[in-house]
Amino acid sequence: MSLPATKSDVVVAGPFKPRSAAIVPLAAQPRRFDPRGLAIKVAQSVLPPLVVIAILLGLWQAAFSGPDSSLPPPSEVWAQSRDLIVEPFFVHGSQDIGLGWRVLVSLERVAYGFGLAAIVGVLIGALIGQSVWAMRGLDPIFQVLRTVPPLAWLPLSLAAFLDSRPSAIFVIFITSIWPVIINTAVGIRNIPQDYRNVALVLRLNHVEYFFKIMVPAAAPYIFSGLKIGVGLSWLAIVAAEMLTGGVGIGFFIWDAWNSSRLTDIIVALVYIGLVGFMLDKLVSFLGALVTRGTSSN
Amino acid sequence: MTAYLKLDHIGKTFTRGSASTEVLRDIRLTIDKGEYVSIIGHSGCGKSTLLNLVAGLTEVSQGAVLLENQEVNAPGPDRAVVFQNHSLLPWLTVYENVNLAVSKVFSGRKTRAERHDWIMENLTLVQMAHARDKRPSEISGGMKQRVGIARALAMEPKILLLDEPFGALDALTRAHLQDQMMEIHARLGNTIIMITHDVDEAVLLSDRIVMMTNGPTATIGEVLDVPLERPRNRIALASDRTYLRCREAVLKFLYERHRFVEAAE
Ligand SMILES: Nc1ncnc2c1ncn2[C@@H]1O[C@H](COP(=O)(O)OP(=O)(O)OP(=O)(O)O)[C@@H](O)[C@H]1O
Ligand SMILES: [Mg+2]
Repeated sequence: MSLPATKSDVVVAGPFKPRSAAIVPLAAQPRRFDPRGLAIKVAQSVLPPLVVIAILLGLWQAAFSGPDSSLPPPSEVWAQSRDLIVEPFFVHGSQDIGLGWRVLVSLERVAYGFGLAAIVGVLIGALIGQSVWAMRGLDPIFQVLRTVPPLAWLPLSLAAFLDSRPSAIFVIFITSIWPVIINTAVGIRNIPQDYRNVALVLRLNHVEYFFKIMVPAAAPYIFSGLKIGVGLSWLAIVAAEMLTGGVGIGFFIWDAWNSSRLTDIIVALVYIGLVGFMLDKLVSFLGALVTRGTSSN
Repeated sequence: MTAYLKLDHIGKTFTRGSASTEVLRDIRLTIDKGEYVSIIGHSGCGKSTLLNLVAGLTEVSQGAVLLENQEVNAPGPDRAVVFQNHSLLPWLTVYENVNLAVSKVFSGRKTRAERHDWIMENLTLVQMAHARDKRPSEISGGMKQRVGIARALAMEPKILLLDEPFGALDALTRAHLQDQMMEIHARLGNTIIMITHDVDEAVLLSDRIVMMTNGPTATIGEVLDVPLERPRNRIALASDRTYLRCREAVLKFLYERHRFVEAAE
C-alpha cells in the first residue's frame, strides 16, 4: 500500500546528510458495515442474560410448585396476571388501568421532583463549590442529610404540604438533591486554574462564566450526581406512593398486597426494575452526549 | 517618548499563613511598542509569576505595571496570554474556542459575519483553518498551541504574553512554530513577551533577552540586545557572528554566572 507523503518545510540538521523531513499521514481505516460481526456482538450481549433468566425461572418454578408454597411460581404469575404483562396500556376504569399508565404517572412525579432537584442542586452546588468555607461548613451537613431514607421525610412533608401530591414530589426532591449538590460542588472545585484564567483574561461576567466554563467543565461530575439522584428518586417515588395513594405504580403494589394479589406484585416489581434501569441508562446517555469532549481529555 | 509597557520596581511576595516567600524583587523593565522580548531563566526562578503579574492574574506586592501610562492590576483581553499548557476548553471545537474570545471582545463592535471572518482570518494565520471543527483532544500538541496563539491574537491585544509556548513540543514542530511566530510578528507588529527555556529560541526570535537570576528572590540579571536584521533565517544565522555572540552571552549568564542551584532555600 502506498501512502501519500507531504513534504514539510522544516529542515532537519542531523549528524548525517540533511534531508527534508516527511510527515506521513496514516490513512484512516475504512469502516465497512459488517452484518455478521454485528450479529455476533448482539448475541454476545443478549444471549447470556437470556440464558440466566431462563435458568432462574426454571429454578423458581421448581422451588415454588408445591401445593403449600407461600409464593406463586412463574406459571401462576403468567396465568393470573397475563393482562398486566402483555398489555401495559389498557384502561378498564378509573382505578383499573395498565401498569404502563401507572408507571407514567409515577414518572411524571419523578420528572417534577427530580427536575427541580437537578436545577436547584446544580445552582446550590455551584455556589458552594466556589467557596472553601461554604464547602467546609456545609459538606458534613449534606453528608448526614444524604443518608436519611426517603420515607423518613414523608411525615414532615405531609405536615408541611397537607396534600399527598406535593408531598410525594417533595420527598423525591429532598432525596435526590444531595448527590447533585455534592457532586456539582466537587466538580466546580476541580475546575483547572487554566480555565479560570481564560475566563479572567476574557473578563467573562458571572452568568457567562457559569454557562460557558463552570457547567461544561463540571459536567462529568454533575452527571454522576444526577445519575445517583435519578436512582434515588425512583426509590423514593415507589415508597412515597405506597403511603400517599393515587394511581402510581407504588400505590398499585400496596393495593395488590391489601387484596392479596401476589402475582400482580411480582409483575409490578419487574416493571419498576426495568424502568429504573432505563432511567439510569437515559441519564448516562445524556451525560455521555453532553460531556463528549470533556471526559475524553 | 514614554515606554509602551513599564514594569516599575515590581516585587512579589507570596504569603500563606505566617510563611512568606519573596519570589521577585525590584523588577525594572520598559518595553517599546512592537518589541519582541524574551524572558529566560532557570526553572522556578519566577518567570511565570512575572508574566502573571503583567497579565494581572496575580497581584503585585510592590511597584506597578503601567501599560501606556495606565496602571493595570486586573486581567483583560488587552494582555492576552498563551498559557504554558495551551488551556483550550476541551468541550469546544477549535472554532468555538476562538469564537469564545472573539464574541466577548468584539461584541457590539463587529457584526456576526465580521466576527466569523475575523475568527477564520486568525485560524488561517496559524494555518489551523482546516481543523476548525475538531476538538482539542483530536489535534496534536503543536496544533493546540497554534489554536491558543490564534485565540490570543484574535483578541487584538496590546501585548501578547507567551508562557513557554513551544516548550512541550518536539524540535521539528517547535522550529516550524517559531518561524510562524516570526512571520506573524513581522506582519502584525505585535508587542510580545515570551518566556522560554531555550537559548536558541530566545536569540532567534527576540529583539531583547531578559535574563533572570536564580530564585528565591529573583530579579533581572542582565538585558541583552539582539541586533540581528529581520527577517531572520535559522539556517543562515547558524554561522552568523552576532548570533553566536548573543547565544554565547546567554549561555554564559545561565551556566557560569547564575548556575542552577538545587534547593536554594
Ligand atoms: N501561588 C503561589 N504561592 C506560593 N508560591 C508560589 C506560587 N506560585 C509560584 N510560587 C513560587 O514561585 C516560584 C516561581 O514560580 P514560577 O512558576 O514563576 O517559576 P517559573 O520560572 O515559571 O518556572 P518554570 O520554568 O518551571 O515554569 C517557585 O518557587 C514557586 O514555588
Ligand atoms: Mg513557568
